[in-house]
Amino acid sequence: MVPITTLHYLVVAAALFVLGVIGVLTRRNVVIVLMSIELILNAVNLNLVAFSRMWGNLHGQVFAIFITVDAAAEAAVGLGILISFFRNKETINVDEIDLLKW
Amino acid sequence: MNPGMTAGLTSAVNAGMTPVGTPWFFYVLAGLAVASGVAVITRRNAVHSALALIVTLLAVAGLYLMLYAPFVAGVQIIVYAGGIMVLFLFVIMLVNIDRSSKERQFNRIWPVGLAAACALLALFVSTIAKGKALFPDRLMTLPESSNTQQIATMLYGEAGKMGQYTFAFEIASLLLLVAILGAVIMTKKKI
Repeated sequence: MVPITTLHYLVVAAALFVLGVIGVLTRRNVVIVLMSIELILNAVNLNLVAFSRMWGNLHGQVFAIFITVDAAAEAAVGLGILISFFRNKETINVDEIDLLKW
Repeated sequence: MNPGMTAGLTSAVNAGMTPVGTPWFFYVLAGLAVASGVAVITRRNAVHSALALIVTLLAVAGLYLMLYAPFVAGVQIIVYAGGIMVLFLFVIMLVNIDRSSKERQFNRIWPVGLAAACALLALFVSTIAKGKALFPDRLMTLPESSNTQQIATMLYGEAGKMGQYTFAFEIASLLLLVAILGAVIMTKKKI
């Protein structure tokens, strides 16, 4: 079998990233859009840790930890926005959140 | 066996641990991660999507373990799968989603989104195919037992000598404080 190199991890990370982008662009449910953003962040984390392994130092892993922290903060704020909007308009479809449209 | 595999196995055996069945673990974990990722974006029920995302996060944590990053794997399981996804499940249960699971699931312009994502995938594939020669063949094995200690030195160490990320760590805790304040204030009924 082919030994597993960094490229294999990059391919997996690219696949997860594209899946997250598809989820963000095509789904109507806001919670699933936020979960697709988490998929994107995880793909980036996998990329960073794979490169940290390739170079032999730990900078990539520390950066991945910071991205995880940032994803937690962003998920909390995004879900807070969702809850306060849901309290106003009773919908969670991105099509119907159009109060700022012209 | 080509030089890459021999070098990896030799240094690993010298370090006292022999990785076994590595390609099998990688393909199982990677396939599980991608299959759960597809389930996240296609399920009609949002709780199913959240559970599929938990499976994806656990599979990616397994991939981190294969990459000799046990601390990042632990952080991933505790923070992501144990904190963020529980938050998502709470919000899914707060927001009434039964009505929306019977409506149309995808946008009206979903072909445009799919085409844009396919263009992005083509860009990734061309980048990986063109840069394939730049990656080294043999990878050294990072020591696993001192991984947490080294990360701790980089995060909490003295700013001049070994702690390169001390300032960034303090800023990250400030970011978490701001996020907590924002989330609490936004969800209050009367400010």
